[in-house]
Amino acid sequence: MVLAVLVLSAASLSATRSDTADSEPVAIYQIVNDSIPKPLDGLAGDPARGRAIVAGRAGNCLACHHAPIPEEPFHGDLGPPLEGIGDRATAGALRLRLVAPRTLNPDTVMPAFHQVDGLRRVAPQHRGRPLLTAQEVEDVIAYLLTLRADGR
Amino acid sequence: MAGHGRGPVRRRLRRLPWLWSAVAGMAVAWPAWVGSELPAPAPSPPRSGYEFARPETQAIQDDEFANPGLFWAERGAELWDSPDGVDGQSCSSCHGAADALAGVAPTYPKIDLASGLLINLEQRINACRTRHMGIGPYPLESDPLLSLSVYVTQQSAGQPLQVQIDGPAQPWFERGRSLYAERVGQMNVACTQCHDQRVGHLLRAERISQGQINGFPAYLLRWGTVSSVHRRFQFCNEQARAEPLPIGSDDYNALQLYVAWRGTGLAVEAPAVRR
Repeated sequence: MVLAVLVLSAASLSATRSDTADSEPVAIYQIVNDSIPKPLDGLAGDPARGRAIVAGRAGNCLACHHAPIPEEPFHGDLGPPLEGIGDRATAGALRLRLVAPRTLNPDTVMPAFHQVDGLRRVAPQHRGRPLLTAQEVEDVIAYLLTLRADGR
Repeated sequence: MAGHGRGPVRRRLRRLPWLWSAVAGMAVAWPAWVGSELPAPAPSPPRSGYEFARPETQAIQDDEFANPGLFWAERGAELWDSPDGVDGQSCSSCHGAADALAGVAPTYPKIDLASGLLINLEQRINACRTRHMGIGPYPLESDPLLSLSVYVTQQSAGQPLQVQIDGPAQPWFERGRSLYAERVGQMNVACTQCHDQRVGHLLRAERISQGQINGFPAYLLRWGTVSSVHRRFQFCNEQARAEPLPIGSDDYNALQLYVAWRGTGLAVEAPAVRR
């Protein structure tokens, strides 16, 4: 009975959470119209930190995406280029793509950067940890929103 | 690039799993689909990793003075004739000249009749040592074992991959096929998503290949050593932040069989050079 109520409330919120004791907390979020409108855990992102995450190994975004980060020599082309993404996507749309990309495209190779459940054979050192924390997700979003076609 | 033209049709087919499974004649229960991609047909035509390598990597493989894998082949040739067994046997005591084994390497992995298990070429060499030479196996991934494996494989250079997937090998093949389609690791990706669906795209500086193994054991520039297929599988798993399986494990042999089948007809390159 209690379980049923929990499942129901989770479903009605479209929410995901991890309750396993040894995992870093994963923020609860709500999907509304192909978007996660509210910042994870209500956090504010920092674009400078976000740029470092995108460029470096933490996010490793350049493995698959091109971005205006000239000091990194190699950018992949598996995903769309990030130049001008701030004109094309809202914060909420970017948040959904970072947190739960398979809700938009079940075949995507874009990892869910803020997920710990529903994965198989995760290497022990990464088990129970999201690829990015809630703060890091918000930092990346803040950076991506600065990427405008007019170069601002 | 490759795959874009077929994308929409494929996607539509993938949204009809009942149709796909009926067409493929597969009796797969629903839960087996969860977290798995649908199996793709073998790539047509299969293309060697050589074709996806950078010109400077190709040049190293092509130059018989620069290809470091040839040191392993030479070492293998020495071991082939070196007395090592309890009665002083060497490989050549039974097999004679190594070219007697031309055409053997591209048929592995293969069912071992004595054990009933699927084994790869390195395990076959070790079986020879334990059963016929009265000595212990080489450690998997050890220098002498890889040297002999490269040397034996070299005897089949240019010959087409041709593994048996029916009869007793059939359940192994199916196991390999499902491993190939299973999403794993923190990155939650399956082999097929890159090596069938995104071939030719760039992952950082790497051009994604079909994941063919006709050049293995291959000299890998990133490690400065020859690597077995299984060790290369481990590296892929590590990139996906998945727990690697043991070298020599049944699962990796099953996966190797499936991947070898995907490359049926590809010419053996020995020793190949890859990044």
